[in-house]
Amino acid sequence: MKHWKENILAPLAFTVALIVLWDIACVLFGLPATVLPTPSAVAKALVQYWPAVWTNSLQTLMTTLLGFGLAIVFGLILGVAIGWSKLIYGALYPVMIAFNAVPKVAVVPILIIWFGIGTIPAIFTAFLISFFPIVVNVATGLATTEPELQDVLRALGASKLDVVRKVGIPRSMPYFFGSLKVAITLAFVGSVVSETIGANSGLGKMMLDAQAGFNVELVFAGVAALAILGIALYALTALVEKRFTGWAFRAEGIG
Amino acid sequence: MMNAGESLVVLDHVSMTYGHGKHAVKAVDDLTLTIHKGEFIAVVGPSGCGKSSMMKLISGLKPTSEGVLSIEGKRVTGPINKVGMAFQAANLLPWRTAVDNVLLPLEIVEPHRSRMGREKAAYRHKARALLASVGLGEFTEKFPWQLSGGMQQRTSICRALIHEPEILMLDEPFGALDAFTREELWCMTRDIHQSRGVTAMLVTHDLREAVFLADTVYVMSDRPGKIVKVQTINLPRPRDLEITYEKPFQDLVHELRSHIGKH
Repeated sequence: MKHWKENILAPLAFTVALIVLWDIACVLFGLPATVLPTPSAVAKALVQYWPAVWTNSLQTLMTTLLGFGLAIVFGLILGVAIGWSKLIYGALYPVMIAFNAVPKVAVVPILIIWFGIGTIPAIFTAFLISFFPIVVNVATGLATTEPELQDVLRALGASKLDVVRKVGIPRSMPYFFGSLKVAITLAFVGSVVSETIGANSGLGKMMLDAQAGFNVELVFAGVAALAILGIALYALTALVEKRFTGWAFRAEGIG
Repeated sequence: MMNAGESLVVLDHVSMTYGHGKHAVKAVDDLTLTIHKGEFIAVVGPSGCGKSSMMKLISGLKPTSEGVLSIEGKRVTGPINKVGMAFQAANLLPWRTAVDNVLLPLEIVEPHRSRMGREKAAYRHKARALLASVGLGEFTEKFPWQLSGGMQQRTSICRALIHEPEILMLDEPFGALDAFTREELWCMTRDIHQSRGVTAMLVTHDLREAVFLADTVYVMSDRPGKIVKVQTINLPRPRDLEITYEKPFQDLVHELRSHIGKH
């Protein structure tokens, strides 16, 4: 391990320090467990309610990934379309900006009216909130293809499809995978937001119930589970990014 | 010497205009010239004089506004796959190795395009041989970021040659290189022209480069670009870098210089 200090030791030390600080603060200021439970109380709650935490985590993970999957499919299609044609860009962009500007919390009630309380509004919220960065990034990658390179290919009789296939799409892949890291986190936010408004299960719903029952430890256990899931999902997409667009990271040439 | 060949490209009172109506800008005006098979021409002139526009015209990327442009007796109306182009920026695809970058045109141009699947190995062999001929035999599997600027430009020129074009078009291909690398690449270009008998068109700011490489140098005026001087370079071939320090060479450069920016 060449960079174990900055990659393992430093983040680990910081996280531990943060938890210790939290614990000290609880004791020092005598905070009641109903305001801020100690880390050990949260850990205990995690163990105690593990079956609930586990099944609800799986539910949130499922809705997040399904929404994220939809966002990838539609994001790629829309991104390629917008990057391909100025006309499509002109037609769709204002609507997309407007759409993106609407807080997705405001859309959840509509989704609940349409699909009822349950899994589907969460999936859709995750999808709606996360597809925009994918579209923008893919479109940017396509639209910024070097004009000289296009000339090289067009002079050979390349069609627009050829240029997009050979250059545009591979070129936009680093943008695409970069956007996935943002999108997965957003999808996660979307799922949980929707679950806290209207759902039968999921971490959001679990936390809502815990809050109603003044089970503050469980609320925090939910937060902890969310944080761990979030890191895992982010790390997964970052890994996929490295795997598929490694060429974009190899910056140090021999000059 | 080369002018004995049959004519390949003929421009007859060709003009080209960008845009329409009030915003129309005339890029080149009333170009009349003939490029012979195997000839090496250079086009020099001040920035923005329409040198690159002339290249786009001949490659069929931009239509003529007036006049007639024909290649091998046929009027040019759209892209012809008889040209290979290289620019100041090498524009290699960073996700492809040198040899895969060189192979790119073959994935576009027929008949190679449809043969690519079956004869990939043969094509790769050809691309490697081409890279080896410009001194990159050991770098065929390297990615662009592993190559120096000069090596990238060599690769870019190989990419322009792989489909054996009639005309090699070079748009200030050495502009971003240091002086020594540039001279190395002059010699490489000279050798490519010599050994492959390809017709070449070089657009450049560098008068020494133009005189060293070309059979005929065209000097263009400020926009709209017109040809203000045609200079035949009768220096014997093969030319050695040494000649750039000799009087006949320097006289030619001097003569050309006197025609730039006066009009």
